[in-house]
Amino acid sequence: MSATIRRNTRRTWWKTALGVLFTAVMLFPVYWMVNVSLTRTGDLRSDPPHWFPWEPTFEGYSAVLDQQLPALGTSLLVGLGCVVLTVVIAAPAGYALGLLHLRGGRTLNFLLLVAQMIPAVVMAMGFYAIYNKLGLLNTVGGLIVADSTIAVPFGVLLFTAFMAGIPRELLQAARVDGAGAWRSFWSVVVPLSRNSTITVSLFAFLWAWSDFIFASTLNRNGDLIPITLGIYHYIGNNTTQWNAIMATAVVASVPAAVLLVVAQRYVAAGVTAGAVKD
Amino acid sequence: MTTTPTAVGTRGAPRGAAGSRPAAPTERRRRGPTASQWAAVGFAAPLLVYLVLFYAYPLWRNVDLSLHDYTIRAFVQGNAEFVGFENYAEVFSSSTFPTALTNTVLFTVGSIVFQFAIGLALAVFFRSSFRLSGALRAMFLVPWLLPLIVSASTWAWMLNSDNGIVNSVLGAFGAEQINWLTSPDTALLSVTIANIWLGIPFNLVILYSGLQNIPGDVYEAASLDGAGAWRQFWSITFPLLRPVSLITILLGLIYTLKVVDVIWIMTTGGPGDASTTFAVWSYREAFGTGQPDFSPAAAVGNVLILVALVFGFLHLQLQRRQEDS
Repeated sequence: MSATIRRNTRRTWWKTALGVLFTAVMLFPVYWMVNVSLTRTGDLRSDPPHWFPWEPTFEGYSAVLDQQLPALGTSLLVGLGCVVLTVVIAAPAGYALGLLHLRGGRTLNFLLLVAQMIPAVVMAMGFYAIYNKLGLLNTVGGLIVADSTIAVPFGVLLFTAFMAGIPRELLQAARVDGAGAWRSFWSVVVPLSRNSTITVSLFAFLWAWSDFIFASTLNRNGDLIPITLGIYHYIGNNTTQWNAIMATAVVASVPAAVLLVVAQRYVAAGVTAGAVKD
Repeated sequence: MTTTPTAVGTRGAPRGAAGSRPAAPTERRRRGPTASQWAAVGFAAPLLVYLVLFYAYPLWRNVDLSLHDYTIRAFVQGNAEFVGFENYAEVFSSSTFPTALTNTVLFTVGSIVFQFAIGLALAVFFRSSFRLSGALRAMFLVPWLLPLIVSASTWAWMLNSDNGIVNSVLGAFGAEQINWLTSPDTALLSVTIANIWLGIPFNLVILYSGLQNIPGDVYEAASLDGAGAWRQFWSITFPLLRPVSLITILLGLIYTLKVVDVIWIMTTGGPGDASTTFAVWSYREAFGTGQPDFSPAAAVGNVLILVALVFGFLHLQLQRRQEDS
């Protein structure tokens, strides 16, 4: 037994080596971002470039802490607001579509698929015209609503797919106990949908955190700008300090990194959910 | 360690959805239809209101913008002149139109072909499990999870003419300096390369989960018959993966048509119109210059929606055919 394993390991070590090589090539830009963020300003333009930050500097990071803390806070607020709005709308809708067999559900499903295909630029223009009239430009609330349009259709489709698979017996048992639609939803369906809720929340947060188009159109003159816009302004204003720009980029990537480590299976579930149905 | 939860997570949801289908009709007959329908409408109500307010209304405003002549003053005063399809005519006859069309096609097709080919090759590579395969596959998700502005600005710095790492490596092999982002010859190529990099994880994950659904004994039978890896790929993997491949490509098309961030951050569509696609053109007209010109921007945007819709219908058709089979 152990001999077979050892032989197999020996036979596949080159695959591991190749895999490590592929991953290294793929992640080189990420490494480069970190490397540049630690390079001293004077060394940024040296030729040949510094491949490794032998003498790391934290100038860039201290600049981030000085200037971008409010932006990080705004992004966090927008992301969390977006999570709440998305789940509050998508979970009940998933229940209606997946378990209560809403009449016209097929049409609604179709509309949600179409909604995912609408380019964000187009939505941004519509929102701009509306917000302009309502005085909602440059507000955090307005940005939360606009950002949630990226996640809501995805959320509904994911909740629907999951809830449709909940065993009927559980709901029937609840009904026998005298639970109405609301009670069944709240005390049976919601607790069972924990994993779907996590996946939807993750993506709603990540998309809102990463959003550039809505932020740069609906919130460009706001007092509270999100971190993506913080980086963008940085690039525009100060093209010499790429270590500071890259340090901000590293900090802005932290949520993605944390999610990958903590919640990888939910991420993978989300990527495939919309695409593969068998 | 990381492999097991991923596989469970990816395959659990769809199987659950399919398993529920036969149970549905009996269930509906047993319950009073009206009462549960009211409950269903109640639970769907927030979504319906949301879709009307935050999807239908902005889209209608967008159509409205494209049919009027909204100057900045008219925007503030709200008395824009109705011009019918004049904005559309203007867009189609604009000198930017043929360039944007060519760029959109090149950017989209170039991105999709390479994302798909590389994603598929990696999926096949990762199919056979080896030490660290799960962890390495997880690492491949990183580019996809990073905020686009992060990846785009990193690529912009890597491709910088004077100090970029790419030129410095090429220079070590004796190549001349290439002005990746500032020369009209290479700007589109540069943003396409960055976009390919961004799209590989998505293709890898979906194609990999498609590969998991091909039963292993098919391969065993093939290798007993003496088929080599190359033969197995073309006569088993590729044909059996066709439905998943089609959907991956179609979703890729829809996503790539929408791309603004990457191009805007790296080149702002320039130099000139050299890397301007339809989406970028629309963004630039509306928000990219000091002089916002919403009406033509909205017209371009609506053309883009029509194109996306065509692919959307195709996607639906494919999905339905897959469900039937």
